[in-house]
Amino acid sequence: MVAYLIRRLLATIGLLFVVSVITFSIFFLVPKWAGATPDSMATRYVGRTATADVVHQTAVRLGFTDPFYVQYADWAKGLVAGRDFDMGTSIEHCPAPCLGYSFITAQPVLPDLLDRFTVTFSLAIGAAVIWVTAGISIGVLSALKRGSLVDRFSMVIALAGVSMPIFWTGLIALSFFSYRWGITAVGGAYTPFTQNPALWAWDLMLPWVTLALLFSAQYARLTRAGMLETMNEDYIRTARAKGLRERTVVTKHGLRGALTPLLTIFGLDFGLLIGGAVLTESAFGLNGLGKYAVDGIRANDLPKILGVTLFAALFVVIANLIVDLLYAVVDPRVRTK
Amino acid sequence: MTLTSEEQQPAPANGGGRFLDVRDLKVHFPTDDGLVKSVDGLSFHVERGRTLGIVGESGSGKSVTSLSVMGLHKRGAAKISGEILVDGQDVVASSDEEVRRMRGKRMAMIFQDPLSAMHPYYTVGDQIIEAYRIHNDVSKKKARTHAIEMLDRVGIPEPDRRVDAYPHQYSGGMRQRAMIAMALSCDPDLLIADEPTTALDVTVQAQILDLIRDLQREFNSAVIIITHDLGVVAELADDILVMYAGRSVEYGTAEQIFNEPEHPYTWGLLGSMPRFDRERSTRLLPIQGSPPSLINVPEGCPFHPRCRFEQNTRGLAKRERPELVDTGRGHFVACHMSQAQRQQIWRDEIKPKL
Ligand SMILES: Nc1ncnc2c1ncn2[C@@H]1O[C@H](COP(=O)(O)OP(=O)(O)O)[C@@H](O)[C@H]1O
Ligand code: SF4
Ligand SMILES: [Mg+2]
Repeated sequence: MVAYLIRRLLATIGLLFVVSVITFSIFFLVPKWAGATPDSMATRYVGRTATADVVHQTAVRLGFTDPFYVQYADWAKGLVAGRDFDMGTSIEHCPAPCLGYSFITAQPVLPDLLDRFTVTFSLAIGAAVIWVTAGISIGVLSALKRGSLVDRFSMVIALAGVSMPIFWTGLIALSFFSYRWGITAVGGAYTPFTQNPALWAWDLMLPWVTLALLFSAQYARLTRAGMLETMNEDYIRTARAKGLRERTVVTKHGLRGALTPLLTIFGLDFGLLIGGAVLTESAFGLNGLGKYAVDGIRANDLPKILGVTLFAALFVVIANLIVDLLYAVVDPRVRTK
Repeated sequence: MTLTSEEQQPAPANGGGRFLDVRDLKVHFPTDDGLVKSVDGLSFHVERGRTLGIVGESGSGKSVTSLSVMGLHKRGAAKISGEILVDGQDVVASSDEEVRRMRGKRMAMIFQDPLSAMHPYYTVGDQIIEAYRIHNDVSKKKARTHAIEMLDRVGIPEPDRRVDAYPHQYSGGMRQRAMIAMALSCDPDLLIADEPTTALDVTVQAQILDLIRDLQREFNSAVIIITHDLGVVAELADDILVMYAGRSVEYGTAEQIFNEPEHPYTWGLLGSMPRFDRERSTRLLPIQGSPPSLINVPEGCPFHPRCRFEQNTRGLAKRERPELVDTGRGHFVACHMSQAQRQQIWRDEIKPKL
């Protein structure tokens, strides 16, 4: 078990290394091949009227004049050991894990990132509760009443749910619930959970439901397929032969078998989502990680982009690890191997 | 086939009432390829304390028959007619809820492959406890004690420890024992074992069969053993029903079937029985060809395309289906040959080669 965790940890570090190198390369090497010089890259981060001198100073300060690998090493050192930054007028120490300072605002990235993360996580967790509950119930119902009106109706809805883009459903939802009926706050409202849980939930309700719509549809289809398969298993026949009520057969024996594969998919989906729900956050004006990433990309703000990328990769890895560990809890056959 | 009157069935040796009485059972499945007549007019009965063996090649409708008795066919998928009287109550005519309440207590079943028949995510103990508590209003703790007793009873070593193991941690034979413990946990009046040893090694097979026999004596239940191998029921069954293409072709006591069989199909089954006292190569009577599709059962005698004695009936077997007729003393045979002819062939031609 310990050896296993160490192996996973090493793999995670390797992955984060690869991800950050790739991000770095895209940021530096691609412009370089296109003919950009350190100074020309630095012009993005100074005022329009800046002199060539100022531009050059900025290029030096941001490290653009160093070779590629030195820049990467500096950044990586900050992550592991912390690092000092020349802010022009003063030297700032950025303790490990240091993700650097924004090229634009000169603010440290990590505190911002953590702040944004709570928003994205709030969005993801609420939506997940809704889509898991709704998706699985609809899926089970459809499987049991296979071919019935309920089944066909919910599968059509599911298909529609999967195919409708979130920014579209999001805008539709906003236009009705917020603008027309005034039930929920107009986009961008967010109350931290620690401040007022009820308001937190209320403000997020619309984004939750919108995001959940997309996933519920997918989960309903997966649950239905899984249930149709497990309900044909021999052990279901055994459960019936014992004289169990059909309800128990379905929920205790059938669903249990059908849900295990869903766990993997859920882990992946959730991990991806907490790395930034770009479209939903944009549609509802939520200041989450996804929006942070988009802003970073728009402004060519490398430390931000690197920070979000690393975060997102880390979440996917962690979610996968949790799923793998949970698998052993859920499936005893995995446990004893 | 109209096998519903009393005198057309073997008289139970002990003269007692019939615990299970199946009358003219038909189970048909409408499918895209056509109507599958899996069981087509089958009648038999079992008394408490007795064992019936149902024997036939794979695909002859044995499992479909047993699932019908348990009321486990989906109402929509299977068209079922006839009567299945379990202690007087007709499973075919009863509601789903009534049949459910009979399961486990009135009739219980063990399946061919215990690995797939047990839930992989629950411990063996939990699965037995669950079965016990359906019909017994006791605490989990009491039920657990009972589960350990049952595991002990079916010969699982260290039952108080193994009760918490998962099915995949048991060996094949142990799993089948656990399955039996689960099926017997509510002390059912009728136990159906569908190919209980087919998935097991030969040595384990014998142990499981011994166990079933011992338990039957102890619990005095009615038992049906379903198998494709006559050898399995040789020492176990009191009565034997030989099934072919969803019908009964020969039905009688075990002595009658083994000592004076009269149907060519039964001869074939006897000929393909694995025997330990002789070399394989000297087995002379394997059945030619393969069982018919139950969508297109041959006209006349369903066995005629494979029967070596078909010409003895001067074409009758191709046109007319032989009825299942009592040859006396409760021995039923469905064959156009005269009884004298059948007995002669058995005596002179078949028996010496077995
Ligand atoms: N649910 C079903 N739908 C259609 N055909 C079925 C169904 N169940 C069994 N059958 C068919 O009935 C026939 C008898 O099957 P079965 O009773 O399992 O034979 P066996 O004697 O080997 O146990 C087979 O041809 C099988 O394909
Ligand atoms: S009726 Fe004819 S074909 Fe059928 S079993 Fe008897 S001898 Fe063979
Ligand atoms: Mg079978």
